[in-house]
Amino acid sequence: MIKKAFEAFIEKAIFLSGITTIVVVVLIFIFLIKESFSFFAANNIFAIISGRDWYPISYPPKFGFLPLLMGSFLVTLGAIAIAVPVGLAAAIYISEVAPGWFKEILKTGIELLAAIPSIVLGFIGIVVLAPFIKNLFDLPSGLTALSGSIMLAFMAMPTIVSIIEDAITSVPKSYKEGSLALGATHLQTIRRVILPAASSGIMAAVMLGIGRVIGETMAVLMITGNAAILPSSILQPVRTLTATIAAEMGEVIQGSMHYYALFGIGFVLFVITFFINLAADMFLHRKRR
Amino acid sequence: MVNKISVKDLSVLYDGEKALADISIDIRDREILGIIGPSRSGKTTFLQVLNRMIDRIPHAKVRGNILLDNMDIYSDIKLLALRRKVGMVYALPLPLPMSIFDNVAYGPRLHGTKNSRALSEIVEKCLKASYLWEEVKDRLDTPAFNLSGGQQQRLCISRTLAVEPEVIIYDEPCSGLDPISTAKVEDAMRELKQRYTQILVTNNTKQAARVSDRTAFFLMGELVEVDETGKMFTAPADTRTNDYITGKFG
Amino acid sequence: MGNPRTMQKVIFFLLGAATVAVIVPVALIFMLILVHGLQAITPEFIFSAPRAGMTSGGIFPAIVGTLYLVLGTAVFSLPLGILAAIYLTEYAQENWLTRLIDIAIINLAGVPSIVYGLFGVGLFVMLLNFGTSILSGSLTLSIMTLPVIITASKEALNSVPKSFREVSYSLGASRWQTVRNVVLPNAIPGIMTGTILGLSRAAGETAPILFTVAAFYLPFLPRSVYDQVMALPYHIYVLSTQVPNVPVKIQYGTVLVLILIVFIMNISAALIRAKFRKRKMW
Repeated sequence: MIKKAFEAFIEKAIFLSGITTIVVVVLIFIFLIKESFSFFAANNIFAIISGRDWYPISYPPKFGFLPLLMGSFLVTLGAIAIAVPVGLAAAIYISEVAPGWFKEILKTGIELLAAIPSIVLGFIGIVVLAPFIKNLFDLPSGLTALSGSIMLAFMAMPTIVSIIEDAITSVPKSYKEGSLALGATHLQTIRRVILPAASSGIMAAVMLGIGRVIGETMAVLMITGNAAILPSSILQPVRTLTATIAAEMGEVIQGSMHYYALFGIGFVLFVITFFINLAADMFLHRKRR
Repeated sequence: MVNKISVKDLSVLYDGEKALADISIDIRDREILGIIGPSRSGKTTFLQVLNRMIDRIPHAKVRGNILLDNMDIYSDIKLLALRRKVGMVYALPLPLPMSIFDNVAYGPRLHGTKNSRALSEIVEKCLKASYLWEEVKDRLDTPAFNLSGGQQQRLCISRTLAVEPEVIIYDEPCSGLDPISTAKVEDAMRELKQRYTQILVTNNTKQAARVSDRTAFFLMGELVEVDETGKMFTAPADTRTNDYITGKFG
Repeated sequence: MGNPRTMQKVIFFLLGAATVAVIVPVALIFMLILVHGLQAITPEFIFSAPRAGMTSGGIFPAIVGTLYLVLGTAVFSLPLGILAAIYLTEYAQENWLTRLIDIAIINLAGVPSIVYGLFGVGLFVMLLNFGTSILSGSLTLSIMTLPVIITASKEALNSVPKSFREVSYSLGASRWQTVRNVVLPNAIPGIMTGTILGLSRAAGETAPILFTVAAFYLPFLPRSVYDQVMALPYHIYVLSTQVPNVPVKIQYGTVLVLILIVFIMNISAALIRAKFRKRKMW
């Protein structure tokens, strides 16, 4: 009967889709490994990671990852240094302190922020933030690691705030009520009871915030100045791993060592974010127990 | 006397733990068999075997022979056909998120009935059989969730009747209902006796005494005894049965 | 320090200040974009192509390009993602394999978008020889959007109470009949919400399309899936960093158009979610 045949067809399609997903993930992984292998095999890995010179178009080309790693690291560190305290404060305020109507406004605001495409924030960064930093510190240019950190902190905020907020609201009400019943103030309850109980959620939020920041491309490309050198201060231009790929991919010849080097950077990024996600997942699972 | 269902040496294991041990029992055509016993005695597991809903539980292993009309329910009857023949009514009223009409018509539609006149007739017939028709006949298109608990449960009975089963199994159907709704459900069961074989699992021994022809006592996965209800409740053969019925444990 | 109540008042005030410090810039950014960008929005701006080295004219090709890319992404990622979610929630046994898939999906969701771009270049543009084209760009964006769609669909499917399925099976329904009649109709609103949100993110992404489809300037609209297109996110990048002397209002205007498209999609998703909550029959 047609109906039975159609049903069998649909079920096959459903099954194939499930398999395809796995295939896609494996494919990405294999592809990255394969293309970057050509790079890693031809060069000493240690030399790459610690190489201080990224001059891919000089002759002979130099592919030291260190400036890029430092760039990503510096920008990420700055962003997290801003985003975690502020995000934590905001999450606590929204979930525990803010009155109902205000809370809704704040939550909407955070959701709006989350919906803004990163290119738009990069644009705002160039047009508003960079000139501001330039004037504030009297620099030749406002395109610095600091500017990038500020904008990235802003972009990571929704992730951090919503995960910590979730963690706080899933602390059993009985903990809070027990503490208040013993005469503690709301603030004392938050500090001594709620936050410790939510700690693995907070750790997960930090991890995912880091992941969000490290993976950002366009905003950093536009704001951090694109100088692939080892930074000596946060007020200098830097280049991150992500921005390097974006800036140089258009200029490489397929099959050249530079091409493979960019895949090498991609592989490093993939591995970094993999471990960050793993850590975040661990923290989230620990919380559920 | 014809045996509608024959169970021989039925054992069920969940991950190695025995939920049912060597149950052998015959269920006669068109009787109401009551099954009583304390919690975790395997009563629900027994029901789940009869319509093979236990197949959906990942780590359950079933051993033994179960015959429906002399056909093995695992090898001689197709699964979907078995589930039409053996209809289940659950402990909690579980209406589907649809209108009253669509709830009852769900089964027939599944099995190919499309004609709207035929469906209307089936819906009316089944709602009448569970004593619900008068209360809902003017609002068949309203959501089933708007009904009261007792009405929802009778709706579930109608829904089960609509697939034209031969056996109806009830798993503590009145546990969430008030006494009036319970009475209505029990009336429906007595009425249905004329055409269906019914098995009623209940935690309420008095209900079993009211409604069933024979009663079986399950204890910790074993069938302790089964007998005419009258005899079971006045002079049971096994002391454990007596202890349970008189409330010495429960 | 004084009594605990005073300390609490102070700290709570500071917390509030921190929160406001996050929200106020959001409002300011919107106002800025609106104020500067609205001036640029004219029919000419929307419906004509850039002129004079992009220092005047409109952004029509970029708008069309973005719409094509969203369409292309939907075509590839929706069926695959929704069916995969159905497979994972209704058909697959819970075992090491499904757990592995779950981990894979979570990790895919966290991969930086530029890495997707890299993958897209290597696989679609180069290896499969699709070149920089709508096809390559859509496929790349689809792979990036897939985890979002699968996760949202799985959540929607799992939120349908188990009891509905149980009832359906006990009435003699097959697995597909149960999915089609009981599970899907009640999961569709959630699936729609999730997929629209996923597509709105795809619309705003730049990194995956940089080298797989985006064109700096195309005087004509694409004629086949093998053509390049302009796209709004990339156009914003070009206008603000690659072309000198572009009037500020054109840059803001382009940003405003992109934001409008993204927000229309987000609001539709929110409306669907709200409407469904009202109509929910359980």
